[in-house]
Amino acid sequence: MEKEAGPDTAVLRLDDPWDEASAAGWSEPDGAGATAADGRPRPVERRGHTAAEVYLEVQDSPAFREVRRRYRRFVAPAAAAFLLWYLAYVIAATTAHDLMARPVAGVLNVAMVAGLGQFLTTFLLTWAYARHARLHRDRVALELRWETQEMTRGAER
Amino acid sequence: MRGDHQTLALLLFSVFIAVTLGITTWVGRKRQGSAEEFYAGGRLFSPMENGFAIAGDYMSAASFLGISGLIALYGYDGMLYSVGFLVAWLVVLLLVAELVRNCGRFTLADVVAARMAERPVRTAVGISSVTVSVLYLVAQMVGAGSLVALLLGGTSDTVRAWTVVGVGALMVVYVSLGGMRATTWIQIVKAVLLMAGAVTLTVLVLVRFHGDVNALLTSAADRSGHGRDFLSPGLRYGGSWTARFDFVSLGLALVLGTAGLPHILSRFYTVPTARAARRSVVWSIGLIGSFYLMTVVLGFGAAALVGSAEVRTSNASGNTAVPLLALVLGGGEGSTGGTVLFAVVAAIAFATILAVVAGITLASSASVAHDLYASLRRRGAKPRSEVAVARVAAAGVGVVAIGLGLLAQDLNVAFLVGLAFAVAASANLPALLYSLFWRSFTTRGAVWAVYGGLVPAVLLVLLSPVVSGSPTSLFPGVDLALFPLENPGLVSIPAGFLAGWLGTVTSSEPPDPAKHAETEVRSLTGAGAA
Repeated sequence: MEKEAGPDTAVLRLDDPWDEASAAGWSEPDGAGATAADGRPRPVERRGHTAAEVYLEVQDSPAFREVRRRYRRFVAPAAAAFLLWYLAYVIAATTAHDLMARPVAGVLNVAMVAGLGQFLTTFLLTWAYARHARLHRDRVALELRWETQEMTRGAER
Repeated sequence: MRGDHQTLALLLFSVFIAVTLGITTWVGRKRQGSAEEFYAGGRLFSPMENGFAIAGDYMSAASFLGISGLIALYGYDGMLYSVGFLVAWLVVLLLVAELVRNCGRFTLADVVAARMAERPVRTAVGISSVTVSVLYLVAQMVGAGSLVALLLGGTSDTVRAWTVVGVGALMVVYVSLGGMRATTWIQIVKAVLLMAGAVTLTVLVLVRFHGDVNALLTSAADRSGHGRDFLSPGLRYGGSWTARFDFVSLGLALVLGTAGLPHILSRFYTVPTARAARRSVVWSIGLIGSFYLMTVVLGFGAAALVGSAEVRTSNASGNTAVPLLALVLGGGEGSTGGTVLFAVVAAIAFATILAVVAGITLASSASVAHDLYASLRRRGAKPRSEVAVARVAAAGVGVVAIGLGLLAQDLNVAFLVGLAFAVAASANLPALLYSLFWRSFTTRGAVWAVYGGLVPAVLLVLLSPVVSGSPTSLFPGVDLALFPLENPGLVSIPAGFLAGWLGTVTSSEPPDPAKHAETEVRSLTGAGAA
């Protein structure tokens, strides 16, 4: 994978539509010690030798750990919540007939409300996840991407 | 269903075939023949285009006609399907789409094999991906045969056999000549047609009831013959405990399987970045969610306006509910409006089948050429020759699918879709999630996860009532049914995860921290992404 990634990225940088990503407001990384756009000093120092060392170093950097933490802190509880909610719904629908048939309003019963609720929570969680990723991860992840690519290129030469 | 419907429907089928073949040749003209182009369509589709294409890949005729039909017959229990099919997308969005886009190049095996000894892992994931695709494909082909026969009125075996052959030949042409770019555009056209058709019918149903959903549901319940029970769960899955467990098993397979479907995963490689992949999933969730909401309206609409009994008389599994509804909404049998709407619905169903089989064929040809061929044969083969292999593989997959489709055309293969989702959830998903999120995951763990999910899933189905031991099974004369459920997910999904864990902890090879760091950094930042 690594052998292929080097030359590929060199070519790709020329024709990738980065305007898409630049909407997130990244600035051209200018080497070690630059300041990240959100004001914190950039913590990854350029001292890797091989690509493997570069990845280990980036993985250990505070900036990457922050991206990973933000991703996991959103995704882990959200995934657990929607899976449990769905399982509860399916189990209730197959076993708790009387509860599900209880009327709520008009012809709407608990089952209908729960089913529409599944649709609603899916839409809401989709919106919340996309918003969270856009506001809290995209920019830092993109900076890390450029920086890591710079470092691996340096490592391979 | 008389001559007028058929003529108009055949005309619309031909128009769709002509348009899609036009797209294929137009795209093929500009083709460069690189692997990037063939498998990923040049990776420059916009999130909106890819979102429509994903929705097109996912919304099969089984959802359009099948789910509405189930709702028309069984009321609320049919709706359980649509919920499962939609919620599944949260797994894709949160855990899979962006990370897969960042780590892989063309297939699922790219992601899993990146951290591991490449050959055994790529072979294992390749085998399970091809299995999933072929199961799904055969279900679609058989469905296409009976559907076209049903819509055109003829139930003769010749019509069905020629439909299977024709659909198979067309999908091979789309895929081997047009690759991912043509397939994507076909999906987009199909998704637009399907959404337009569904919106039109939904609006007509709601107009019929003056926008009063209460009245719609009440009259659906009245005409169903079940009264209020029609609007609450239990008519289909509320009987024995076996039936209940079976539905829980299916629900689990639907929700976890989508994230392991090869033809869905390969769609994320057609956009330039992980951010674009996320935005395409957001688009597709919007489209798929509103589509399934509309199938609910159409299903209850069919129960209210056509009547459950009449739907059941026309087709025992309810597949004709939406076409019959279209006929009624257009003004009834013999009217111009009814004829036109019926023909349009039939043509949309046909377009749906063609687009879905093309997407699956492409994904399985990628698995054969990029995973199986590349890892089992010449490792240093040039990209050019790999694309040639992929084209041949598409033809091979087509021939296999046509063959199996013809063999199975008289069999009840409705379980195959559930089985495809179960295999995807039991074999592909554990390997994928472990390799993305588990630091100590090893080669042995990956191989065990795949086979540990694939083998139980297939074995349990072979030992289930769908194959033998009941009047509706494939071989009613034999009784080997040791496993009571029709869908193996409830057992095989935990088995896959357990096997992956067991393989990892018993592995003599220590996990490679640098490879894990590479996967983690690449998956979350996109560094070095293709």
